Amino acid sequence: MSEMRIKTMAEMAANGEKPDVLFWVGCAGSFDDRAIKITRSLVKLLNAADVNFAVLGTEETCTGDPAKRAGNEFLFQMQAMQNIEVLNAYEVDKIVTACPHCMNTIGNEYPGLGGNYTVYHHTEYLQMLIDEGKLTVEGGEYKGKRITFHDPCYLGRGNGVYEAPRTLLSQFENELVEMNRCKANAMCCGAGGAQMFKESEKGDKEVFVERTEEAISENPDIIATGCPFCNTMLTDGVKHFNKEKEIEVLDISEIIKPVKK
Amino acid sequence: MGIENVIFIIILAAAIFMFVKSIRRISYNINLGRDFSFTDDSGIRWKTMAKVALGQSKMTARPVAGILHFIVYAGFILINIEVVEILIDGVFGSHRILSISGDFYNFLIGFFDVLAFAILLSCIIFLIRRNVIKIDRFQRPELKGWPFLDANMILVFEVVLMSAILIMNAADLKLQSLDVIGYHHVGSFPIASFLVGVLPDSEAALIAIERSMWWVHIIGILIFLNYVPFSKHFHILLAFPNTYYSNLKKKGELDNLESVTYEVRLMMDPNADPFAAPAPDAAPPEKFGVEDVSDLYWKSIMDAYTCTECGRCSDVCPANQTGKLLSPRKVMMDVRDRAEELGAYKRKNGVDNVDDKKLLGDYILEDEIWACTTCNACTEACPVNNDPLKVIIDIRRFLVMEQSKIPSELAMTFTNMENNGAPWQFSPTDRLNWKDES
Repeated sequence: MSEMRIKTMAEMAANGEKPDVLFWVGCAGSFDDRAIKITRSLVKLLNAADVNFAVLGTEETCTGDPAKRAGNEFLFQMQAMQNIEVLNAYEVDKIVTACPHCMNTIGNEYPGLGGNYTVYHHTEYLQMLIDEGKLTVEGGEYKGKRITFHDPCYLGRGNGVYEAPRTLLSQFENELVEMNRCKANAMCCGAGGAQMFKESEKGDKEVFVERTEEAISENPDIIATGCPFCNTMLTDGVKHFNKEKEIEVLDISEIIKPVKK
Repeated sequence: MGIENVIFIIILAAAIFMFVKSIRRISYNINLGRDFSFTDDSGIRWKTMAKVALGQSKMTARPVAGILHFIVYAGFILINIEVVEILIDGVFGSHRILSISGDFYNFLIGFFDVLAFAILLSCIIFLIRRNVIKIDRFQRPELKGWPFLDANMILVFEVVLMSAILIMNAADLKLQSLDVIGYHHVGSFPIASFLVGVLPDSEAALIAIERSMWWVHIIGILIFLNYVPFSKHFHILLAFPNTYYSNLKKKGELDNLESVTYEVRLMMDPNADPFAAPAPDAAPPEKFGVEDVSDLYWKSIMDAYTCTECGRCSDVCPANQTGKLLSPRKVMMDVRDRAEELGAYKRKNGVDNVDDKKLLGDYILEDEIWACTTCNACTEACPVNNDPLKVIIDIRRFLVMEQSKIPSELAMTFTNMENNGAPWQFSPTDRLNWKDES
């Protein structure tokens, strides 16, 4: 496996360098075993396109999204102001992240607290790299597979990004099928709004079961998504239906492979 | 001018007086909410209103209801032109005064005749959907009782009003064909002409039918006018200002509480004196979040009065669809019902007095509030751009910041975030370890 090239902001600053873009890894991307794989796939794509990027490393902390959505505005703003202090000290202006929750919080809620950055979801950023001719991708082992894309709420409805992930999937031959509820009408996986960190309320079904059922009804080989929380929920859903041998839940960055130049 | 016209004018004046009183009641209740001014570009706001309210852009997401609703909505607005004529005739004792406009009048009356029938048909289909097909979102618990009756009453009202127009037109047509004095040959009646056959031939009976249907129609409209402010049907007026004041930000964005920003800045300021007493003229600290309707911004209460209980929000809510207690429609209805209750209390007992009830606890329960995934499906689906999510988040803020009532797992999450900078219990020094794992 090829070596990854990753620099931290601190290392770059020490050498008097400045990256073109900061990769905001996020808590899931840093600590969750499954999401780490997504982080590493994205780094490989960024490396393949020779993107001059850096990560904050140990200087990164939670954006505060779960606190804000759970009503703890104090904790959110404390996290936000710490992060803004760090980001502004490094004069960051562009950020790419693989987590729609981080993207939404930094992009929409930090400006009011003094943090103004252009924030891209990784699917948008990869799309730009392809459009600029810096990156070419292929499907590799996923060529010809039947794929359905689950729109993360904070990417789709929350920020209006519906096309970038679909355009990325159109870069190689596959059979892209839409679920009944897709794009602006997509159903939530169940773990936004701090639900990721608590038991769900009493009901007659779990949200992730309902959504995964819909995805499975399209008979896909792959359920694609672009959010670490969606990934966790849908993976649990696929396991719930004992389909983990037939269906893979993958982030878009794991499906597309860089073509070696 | 005869005695009939005097009676008409008295009824009309009373109806307008009562309607204005109702509008003032609702305006008072909306203003129970906190002040908030919109300073951004009004151009975009007018456009949003034109598109969503006038143009019904979000209604057609569900085509059957969307098209039927469009017929009733467009018909309602257009037939009001005929109501203008009815008002003038009523006051001055004229008959079909606007017929002086000639051919155009004939076209218009013919068009209204067809429209009245289309509305009648649409309302009957709506009644069937609610009462025979029993479409699921109209059978949910929050619609039991008055809301279900209210919906049916509105539809029956419209059926009666439209039937009255059609029967009145048919009688008029027959009187015209008998060359009765006062019924000159005007108008065209493509639908009402089918009813002529079932009407009696006696001139006196025809005049009685024509006149009584005229009165049923106009009195019906005035009663309806005064029913609407007590009904979910008030959306016909509020949909316009409510969409004007839509949330224009990205749906994912929640507002930052300024009162918290002030506190957090103070906390992070190394030069701030932690033991300083507040300035003697300082206002008392603001309450965080929402416990009662008076803590909401007025726009959330306007949302509630605009809600027409269509249930599209709850129908797409992931929590509601999986059997949780949360229903965004109920949240909106609760806000409205509580605003009615608190408003009535304050008008009776003085503006500074409050009863011992609250929105949170007496109307909306914690279990509802915690089931939300903040996915914005409800705000996307709402045909009048309501924002139930705003109310839910504001109540969470009250629960967490004022009452420390938090599901225990979330308390752990908060602690982790404070201590480790992540919602899970990992050491912040391990944040870059993913680099070396595979």
